[in-house]
Amino acid sequence: MTNAADDEGFVVFDRVQKSYDGETLVVKDLNLSIGKGEFLTMLGPSGSGKTTCLMMLAGFETATHGEIRLGGENINNVPPHKRGIGMVFQNYALFPHMTVGENLAFPLEVRGMGKSEREQKVKRALDMVQMGNFINRRPAQLSGGQQQRIALARALVFDPKLVLMDEPLGALDKQLREHMQFEIKHLHETLGITVVYVTHDQGEALTMSDRVAVFNDGRIQQLAPPDELYERPQNSFVAQFIGENNKLPGVVETLSGDKCTVRLETGEIIDATPVNVREAGQKTLVSIRPERVEFKSEMMPEGAHTIGAEVLEVIYMGDIFRTRMRVAGSEEFVMKSRNTLGQTKLVEGEKIQIGWHPQDARALDPM
Amino acid sequence: MTDVSASILTTADGKPLKAALAASQARARRKAFMLVAPLFLFVVITFVIPIGQMLFQSVYNDTFSATAPALRQWFDENPPGTEPDEAAYAALVSDLRLMREERSAGAAGTRINYDISGTRSMFTGMARKADKLEPPYKEAVLAEDKKWDNPDVWRAMRSASSPFTIDFYLAALDMTRDETGSIVGVKEGQAVYKMLFGRTLFLSALITVMCMALAFPIAHMLATLPMAKSNLLMILVLLPFWTSLLVRTTSWMVLLQSQGVVNDFLVWAGIVGDDGRIQMMYNQIGTVVAMTHILLPFMVLPLYSVMRTIPPSYVRAARSLGATSWTAFRRIYLPQTLPGIGAGALLVFILAVGYYITPALVGGADGQLISNLIAFHMQKSLNWSLAAALAALLLGGILILYWLYDRLVGIDNMKLG
Ligand SMILES: Nc1ncnc2c1ncn2[C@@H]1O[C@H](COP(=O)(O)OP(=O)(O)O)[C@@H](O)[C@H]1O
Ligand SMILES: [Mg+2]
Repeated sequence: MTNAADDEGFVVFDRVQKSYDGETLVVKDLNLSIGKGEFLTMLGPSGSGKTTCLMMLAGFETATHGEIRLGGENINNVPPHKRGIGMVFQNYALFPHMTVGENLAFPLEVRGMGKSEREQKVKRALDMVQMGNFINRRPAQLSGGQQQRIALARALVFDPKLVLMDEPLGALDKQLREHMQFEIKHLHETLGITVVYVTHDQGEALTMSDRVAVFNDGRIQQLAPPDELYERPQNSFVAQFIGENNKLPGVVETLSGDKCTVRLETGEIIDATPVNVREAGQKTLVSIRPERVEFKSEMMPEGAHTIGAEVLEVIYMGDIFRTRMRVAGSEEFVMKSRNTLGQTKLVEGEKIQIGWHPQDARALDPM
Repeated sequence: MTDVSASILTTADGKPLKAALAASQARARRKAFMLVAPLFLFVVITFVIPIGQMLFQSVYNDTFSATAPALRQWFDENPPGTEPDEAAYAALVSDLRLMREERSAGAAGTRINYDISGTRSMFTGMARKADKLEPPYKEAVLAEDKKWDNPDVWRAMRSASSPFTIDFYLAALDMTRDETGSIVGVKEGQAVYKMLFGRTLFLSALITVMCMALAFPIAHMLATLPMAKSNLLMILVLLPFWTSLLVRTTSWMVLLQSQGVVNDFLVWAGIVGDDGRIQMMYNQIGTVVAMTHILLPFMVLPLYSVMRTIPPSYVRAARSLGATSWTAFRRIYLPQTLPGIGAGALLVFILAVGYYITPALVGGADGQLISNLIAFHMQKSLNWSLAAALAALLLGGILILYWLYDRLVGIDNMKLG
């Protein structure tokens, strides 16, 4: 048993499917293995099945098909209270009729822990989230950020090996959210727990996670570390969902090894890296990050194709310039250039030639 | 002078700020009052005035004292316990003559009859003969009717000769006055009201508990089912509201009587023999069953409205923290439904305490509640003052309960729907 756990990861979804109504599958064939101590984020648009996956793992929904294993053991039929999984809910779910101290003592009490040990653990957990002075407050007397910390402390106080968080920062303002992201990450590192985190905020997913599983339509679209996800999206959905992307539709002209050229609908030829195109003549969508677009020829590699662009708008954003251009008939092509001392200032209506490193343009499946 | 004017805040054109504010809000206030006025008048006319009058009647009854001025004077001059002398009988005869003139002997007699039954005819009979009586009146009266010698009758007349009295409250609490005017309990076997109050409170509490036990699961289902299903269920719960109270009560009669559907079924199923049919009607079982059914929606609705606002994530959180479903229910869910339980229980209890039609129809002799006796005194014995005193005691009891509830649960925590 333990060997199996070592081999396949701490949490395993094995061909899991879920349907609520018997007509549509909300989760379609989910296979996912999460290592011990890993911080894995499920990222995806609303309705993509993230919460459902988390609820199946926590035991509040049953898998229609497939197996979920925790530490090598099938937990499909283990009731939620016996799974020993800590959980942080989106609206915190702090018990309103109990004080902060009572909220934290609750999981220890139901485990039959003695009073002195309980108090000690509660105090330690509160100190961990810097809320030691609030032990006698009621949840309603706390701000959103404070409630969030208490919910976190409550999910950790009984030393679970696995903690699930369902959009825990969704209700906080931006500044507090960023601060809490840091704290959660910090707690994860110091406690060595396994975290499964759900969010629809890509920034959050990228900054916090060891690996991110991008969900859409009940399937994992890509499972990869943040940098790989950002730089090497495997399909158009991921490319579009993570960060900003320019999309140029076209047809593969030539394909050789890890390089290809694409003829755009307006006739121009551009360089790209084939990702999921297999042969010349196939339709494709080329995606390029705005910050990888160059307009100075010395920044482009030898022999790179360039393409004409007309500047439509230059937005000053402090650290960068965001230039919107008309490229190959599309008016939504964006280029971001750093605001450095010698940066060339583009003006509206100016005609320039742009290009990029072939690695930065990814020829993906057309959507 | 200048100091004072400087300390009052004024508007730009020098009007005091408070006056300006009041003037600017006057129109809005007038409008608000106009909106409230019709209901306000309606409530005053149909609720405050009748209740006030009822409370007044429970301590004020002048049907005897208004037509007995001479007796009143004699009672004022002589302390309680004085043997009625010739002057007393002279006063009696003079008052009886007045009663004959005003045709009020019946009413006055009824008032004394409240205290001592069978005395009404003494007044009507003697008033008819009053004109023919000659002094000495004591002998003349006693010669006509020996019963006038009874000291209880004189004591009753003394107490009735003052229109303000607490005697109706004493009667409502099974108490009376002895010869010397001090308060004592009534004789064994005559006490009814305290037992009835006790029964009313007990049955109401029982009905409240039964409603709670039946309503809690239904309300929980209503609050957690998907909308379409819960709407259908809600219609079923509200169905009793849309059926006439009388129809519902009579349908319980059809079901529960000894030749009724339930007994027929039990006999058919062989659970009881044909001669052992269970008496479920015209006793307390009938009252409890029918009233539980009728009052159930008043428990379901407040519970539902509270439960609907409790997100399922609380119980889920408790479960994920290691609580069994029972612990999660008891420690997390139940405490949060308390405002609904409190509101529903208070509502059902108050309604049950004052319920009338159902116990009157299905309660028989032992299923009667205090309100049935109030109705009896209003309609049959025509002792309105006693009815008023009973009703006032009931009202007082409910107000005390309400106050206790406010102290224990807090009325702000109540949620009615
Ligand atoms: N209890 C439920 N009953 C029926 N359908 C549900 C239920 N919960 C979620 N769904 C459906 O399942 C899909 C996925 O929902 P969810 O897992 O909550 O997505 P996410 O958390 O990614 O926003 C949605 O289409 C939603 O309507
Ligand atoms: Mg969700």
